Amino acid sequence: MTTLVPSNWQSHWRNFTIAAWLGWQIESNWADPFLFAVYSVVKPISAAAILVVMYSIITHGNFDSPVFPYIYLGNAFYMYVGAIMTGISWTIIDDREHYKTLKYMYVAPISVPIYLVGRGVAKFIVGSISVLITILFGVAFLHVRIDPLAVNWPMFFTALGLGVGMLATLGLMLAGVTLLTAHHYGAYGEAVAGALYLFSGAIFPLEVLPAFLRPLGYLMPTTYWLELLRRSLVGEVAQAFPTLSGLSDLQILAILLGLTMIFAALSAGVFRWCETRARERGLLDRVTNY
Amino acid sequence: MRPETAPPRQQPSATDRLHKNSGWRLFLQTVIARAYPRVVGQQRERSWMFFDVVLPLGSVIAYVCVYKAIGAPDDYVGFVIMGGAMTAFWMNVLWSMSSQLYWEKEQGNLALYIIAPNSMMAILLGMALGGMVATTLRAVAITLLGSLMFQVHYAVASYVQLFTVFILAMTALYGLGMMFASMFLLLSREAWHLSNLAQEPVYLLAGFYFPIRNFPFWVAAASSIIPLTLSLDAMRQLAFPSGAALGFLSVKLEMAILAGLCVIFLVAARLLLTYMEKLAIREGRLTESRR
Repeated sequence: MTTLVPSNWQSHWRNFTIAAWLGWQIESNWADPFLFAVYSVVKPISAAAILVVMYSIITHGNFDSPVFPYIYLGNAFYMYVGAIMTGISWTIIDDREHYKTLKYMYVAPISVPIYLVGRGVAKFIVGSISVLITILFGVAFLHVRIDPLAVNWPMFFTALGLGVGMLATLGLMLAGVTLLTAHHYGAYGEAVAGALYLFSGAIFPLEVLPAFLRPLGYLMPTTYWLELLRRSLVGEVAQAFPTLSGLSDLQILAILLGLTMIFAALSAGVFRWCETRARERGLLDRVTNY
Repeated sequence: MRPETAPPRQQPSATDRLHKNSGWRLFLQTVIARAYPRVVGQQRERSWMFFDVVLPLGSVIAYVCVYKAIGAPDDYVGFVIMGGAMTAFWMNVLWSMSSQLYWEKEQGNLALYIIAPNSMMAILLGMALGGMVATTLRAVAITLLGSLMFQVHYAVASYVQLFTVFILAMTALYGLGMMFASMFLLLSREAWHLSNLAQEPVYLLAGFYFPIRNFPFWVAAASSIIPLTLSLDAMRQLAFPSGAALGFLSVKLEMAILAGLCVIFLVAARLLLTYMEKLAIREGRLTESRR
């Protein structure tokens, strides 16, 4: 006998893909493709250019130094952090206060965390475009030397995939917190990403931080994720920096995997707790625009 | 049983009627009325302190660490902290004034603002002043904590000039914000993205984290249309030992240009708000919700 009720996995997959499609529509259909392309290029290039100008003022344009690709690539890949965390957590505010549909998501037979992660896919796609453009710009104009034949592609894609999963768990944790907070200004995802910028060794080695702050950097999965991405793309240049030079690629991958699993468990717990509190306090359909 | 009869209704006399303000009193009343919910809302839920005051410190310190990592002179640390503090005001203009109109439209408040007998500029000023608690706290927190943490040395040449530059910058900036807001009367969902787009490019062009003298002259001159460009340059010249040597123009000239920008932006904001309001009414954009 065939059944019309989809299995759990089928249901979750359908939930995820439809949420991703919806997110993409919301993200991209506010403008014509040309304006959307300009938007996708100008923002990341400007963000990267701030660091490039800072670096070139002090070093008098010494882009051949290994410090430069360290900073440039770290900053480029860090764009994923803001994009994915914002993509997932902003959905709470958008659905609750703008479209006023969050309560309907809770009465629908779907898994809300999967729906939220699906909604984050659009930001991931736009973030990927930004990262790609930034890296191509660096290779074309700023002497960032990436030899495609020397790149460790398997490690790159493994690290990228694992990192995206890890960022999704962080985004889900932030989405849980957002269920309990009002709609203030700006996006929480970018604010949190901006703060974590400090502890991720994204644009400077952790040794620059005051000693009492360094342990936070070592606890952040983004530190290991960025190190793996840099190592896979520019190999020895990245390994020349002291922060994680004592660890092999596999050891860093294992640490990243372990931290991702810990953060995934933590994120599930935090989301569930916040969700319960939000239900108890009747926060799922409030509007807090002031 | 005698039926109860309602007492005869008395017409209110002229002296009993509600007093109605007009002119500058109405303007002031409107400013206070729009600032009030924002201030009260912030007291009711204080999580904004974490998201709007504590977290931005992280990214500012990160930029300081970049300078430390590449061996920049100490004054550059101060430049970053001053720029980081001023980002608060730019964010306030972008998110609490301009794109706020888009949210007000979505909530249905925008039409109420238009039909009420008050000035749109007063409403925008109320939004700005209401958000000023958070903005000022953020700017002060970044300046104080950043300065203490990295032991920034200030050598203020003239407190009067420094204060004057700051006031001119704020006036011009909020005038620019009102101009933006007038455009946001017509916008819908794209308002959110345009505000997003106006962050990093403005941080770059206005020299939030480095002196704009390092740009080619005409690029720096064109960037000076953003009030924070010249004000940051002037404030750095006035507050840091090496500031004058790294300045773009003389402080007096920058102050004169800022004063000119104040007049231009405020007059333009008034004209644009009136024009855009009429245009938005004519095109039926005030109550639309393009989702």
